[in-house]
Amino acid sequence: MAKTALQFQHNGRDVAIFVDGGTNLLVALRELIGDMTPKFGCGQGGCGTCSVLIDGELHLSCLTLAETVAGRSVETLDGIKEGPNLHPLQRAFADNFAAQCGYCTPGMLMAAKALLNRNPQPSRAEVVEAISGNICRCTGYEPIINAVLAAASGGRARA
Amino acid sequence: MTRHRGRGIASVNYPIGMNLGGDPSQALVHSNPSGKFTVALSSIDLGQGMKSVTRQICAETLGVPVEDVYVDTADSDTGPHCMGSFASRGTHRVGNAVMAAAREARGVMMEAAAEELEVNAADLDTDGRGNIHVKGAPHRSISTKDVAIAAQFKQGKTISGRGIFLVPLSDVDPETGEMSPATCYAHACLVAEVEVDDETGEVDMVRMDSAYELGRALNPRLVEQQLVGGAWMGVSHALYETPEPYYPEPVHGPRDFVEYLMPGPGDICPHDIAVLERPAPDGPFGAKGPGEMCANPVLPAVANAIFNAVGVRIDDLPITPEKVLRAIKAQGGARPQPRR
Repeated sequence: MAKTALQFQHNGRDVAIFVDGGTNLLVALRELIGDMTPKFGCGQGGCGTCSVLIDGELHLSCLTLAETVAGRSVETLDGIKEGPNLHPLQRAFADNFAAQCGYCTPGMLMAAKALLNRNPQPSRAEVVEAISGNICRCTGYEPIINAVLAAASGGRARA
Repeated sequence: MTRHRGRGIASVNYPIGMNLGGDPSQALVHSNPSGKFTVALSSIDLGQGMKSVTRQICAETLGVPVEDVYVDTADSDTGPHCMGSFASRGTHRVGNAVMAAAREARGVMMEAAAEELEVNAADLDTDGRGNIHVKGAPHRSISTKDVAIAAQFKQGKTISGRGIFLVPLSDVDPETGEMSPATCYAHACLVAEVEVDDETGEVDMVRMDSAYELGRALNPRLVEQQLVGGAWMGVSHALYETPEPYYPEPVHGPRDFVEYLMPGPGDICPHDIAVLERPAPDGPFGAKGPGEMCANPVLPAVANAIFNAVGVRIDDLPITPEKVLRAIKAQGGARPQPRR
């Protein structure tokens, strides 16, 4: 099968790769670009650990055809740190012990970032809603919700 | 349609580790010429924090800063033997093995330092910040890094230690069948409050209150994290999860995360936890460990709460809406029990 040339922005950097038809974005990111931060969980949109932002919106990279991101901006967990510093969400996850085995953490962080981008001071219910597509098999939702609330603007979240 | 509230309680005594032929774990500790230490284990950190806890135990025993210790786990081809991460044995068995290995390595480190400082090793102490000094004379001091370099390049010594912790096979009393599978026990008590819908059979968690006694909590935040998450694994076993919903018939089994039910962030309820510390005499720094006990009391507490709410006693897991509804119908309607 002929490969297709594909260009897009990956964490602010222009990348150009060749993909087979039908390659999903998760495979393109992990195997062709080498960004291992989006994880493979179920491959069918059921777990959320492959979540990335496309033009600022939350998407499941395992269900996104790579070719559909041509010319668009893709942001992964690898791109959210601020220079040498952790992103406030990453800091809050660490401070609140919101990661156990860590496999869901990249998707949780991206879902939380998408939420805070559009709603800097979410309520607890809004945080729950925002991460409801992400499964944590350690069932540590409570510390994750607390971390997102703590990271929300000025740490003053509404109840 | 009515939603009935019910409350249930359960207590457990939980053995730390198991004993079906002896229960050993090994650890190896060695220093690099940089003065940093590596702990080699075959034990696996599943997310419960074994790497953090064994790192703390090693650093505390060696008398060096925790950031100078690296824990390398989970290579059962090349690592020292471990029975595994199960039966709530990690902190207790592996922690004890790490402690023994670190004690031996500390002995070599102090001998090497004594040679450099030209004193007796018994007169030396660590400051926990990466230095070894003569007791009562802190200025007579050498860094662990310099000791490691001297041991490696001058003295020809390996600053290393071997550790094993074995709970030997317990004999069975031929008269009574009695045996002692564990050397210490952790304890827990949990109260679950649920709401049962008598039209749909659905069970919602309202709140949980629990107390866990698990020896000394070596890392209190990790303990709390494990208890918070583990309780929801218990709820999940009680109410949602099964690969064979009509066991022994293997039909209608779940095929993916959409059909295999697990709690999501929207299902969780407040859970108040009290951690009681009663140090175990044979635990590393008194630790026993939370482990599987995080989930165990939740299942009977939830089953009891459902009985309290609607008067049906279901002893088949998970307690699905279908089972609740059939049981309510069979007894001719919900029969709320007295609230205690």
